[in-house]
Amino acid sequence: MAKVNVNIGDGLQLKNPVLTASGTFGYGLEFADLIDLGRLGGIIVKGTTLNPREGNDYPRMAETPMGMLNCVGLQNKGAAYFCSEIYPKIKDLDTNVLVNVSGSSPEDYAECAAMMAQLDNIPAIELNISCPNVKDGGMAFGVTCEGAASVVKAVRKAYNKTLIVKLSPNVTDIASIARAVEDEGADAVSLINTLMGMHIDIRRRRSVLSIGTGGLSGPAVRPVAVRMVWQVAHAVKIPVIGLGGIMTAEDAIEFLMAGATAIEVGTANFIDPCASVKIAEGINRWLDEQGVADVHDIIGAAW
Amino acid sequence: MSKHVKDLVVTAVEKLRDDYAVIHLHDPAATLPEILPGQFVEVRVDHSPNTFLRRPISINEVDINKNEFSLLVHAVGEGTKAMLALKPGDKLNCLYPLGHGFTIPEGSGRQLLLCGGGVGTAPLLYYGRRLKEAGHEPTFLLGGRSARDLLQLDQFEQYGRVCCTTEDGTYGEHGRVTDHSVLKSQTFDAVATCGPMPMMQAVARWASSLNLPCEASLENLMACGLGACLCCVVKTIDNHNICVCQDGPVFNTQQLQWQK
Repeated sequence: MAKVNVNIGDGLQLKNPVLTASGTFGYGLEFADLIDLGRLGGIIVKGTTLNPREGNDYPRMAETPMGMLNCVGLQNKGAAYFCSEIYPKIKDLDTNVLVNVSGSSPEDYAECAAMMAQLDNIPAIELNISCPNVKDGGMAFGVTCEGAASVVKAVRKAYNKTLIVKLSPNVTDIASIARAVEDEGADAVSLINTLMGMHIDIRRRRSVLSIGTGGLSGPAVRPVAVRMVWQVAHAVKIPVIGLGGIMTAEDAIEFLMAGATAIEVGTANFIDPCASVKIAEGINRWLDEQGVADVHDIIGAAW
Repeated sequence: MSKHVKDLVVTAVEKLRDDYAVIHLHDPAATLPEILPGQFVEVRVDHSPNTFLRRPISINEVDINKNEFSLLVHAVGEGTKAMLALKPGDKLNCLYPLGHGFTIPEGSGRQLLLCGGGVGTAPLLYYGRRLKEAGHEPTFLLGGRSARDLLQLDQFEQYGRVCCTTEDGTYGEHGRVTDHSVLKSQTFDAVATCGPMPMMQAVARWASSLNLPCEASLENLMACGLGACLCCVVKTIDNHNICVCQDGPVFNTQQLQWQK
């Protein structure tokens, strides 16, 4: 059996490189009937904000060629509800539970992060500076080096555990944004969040989505994501977590070879709720078949 | 109630019309879990290259003796068309049973009106049978544009009185379900509805005018079916977004913003 455990910074040890992407896996419990959550490297729970958010109006999704658009808009019951109602139910899962944190100002990102810092069994947070579906904050911070740096700077002061920053692909130069968040003390970056897109119902002559645009995910975005992971992994020294349309173990291995230390499975969870576990097992099997002793031997192998 | 994801075997594809079929699914390996009327299945449609997401389909009937359940499928898009091309022996990957079903009242002898239109009549068949088995008396009120839109009438008749309306007057009473004379001639204890949104809202308004409890089964666009993606939301009366897949698909209509 190949070694598949990887570390993200000093504080996050994953038993395998497979995480589930925020917004595609609920709080993990939704999938507990169907898979053994303990076989995952970790779960990144639904985007959490300081205050509750209702999200955008229905319709929030559209099926597209080899993918889907969504404009959920960070619906969640807020950080206090997460801490009191949800955390007790998931804190003892046999896997890492990470919280995806979002906000509308550096201050409320920091306040939300500080609340997560109090939770002993949350070893890391993923900072969402890349949600394309909210007007206030979200991606606005993630599309400039200054904006991204301002959020990471504020959160870094309030949060001393592992800090992952989730980057937007809707930028001219993602590598420079990655460097900006590295300079402010991020422990890792994850990419890509969804690509902004639109789908028009030609019969109604209207966008299908309630707010017009949405974020594209699924295999349609995968080559873009692999390219960006490659670029960012060359640009920073901190670990890179790759995601974007990963459906199979082979897809995941592509990201590892592009330079990712770990990967996230997102939209695939909707097609096959067992996808994340199958990908973790498949990576193992592939390494064994190829005679690779340690997953680290393929990280960046395509450089 | 635990959820499952597995390949089920197609035992029959009963064509009701060119574009409607009942697909019977059998689990050869294990006893089917308990399935409640109104629950649904997320079907993965293979051999349909442009169908990326699963398709939510409500459960039409359950046959415990055969270890089978069936889906009434209306071929409207590529995914559902591919489902109609299934043959006995084919496998269909199903995630089920999902969501909360219709209420089966306590006691017995309750008069329930089950109002359906189009493919929305599908869950009312299984619901009607379960109501009858529980000692209640369902009346089915089924509507369509034309006689050919009314499906499975002989099966509905096994479980209760069947009343029909067609918009062109080719079968039953002429008009829409809410025009049917049974609404004036008979009294009911509760109402359930599934079908096109304007029909369900009209039924809910009628039920509300008589202070009758009314449940409706919604079919919003959906991705995961598990309450994880939050795509299929509907607004509650107190302005919260809740998931049709997880909190529904059956809701008491008083919970929704339909009366506003």
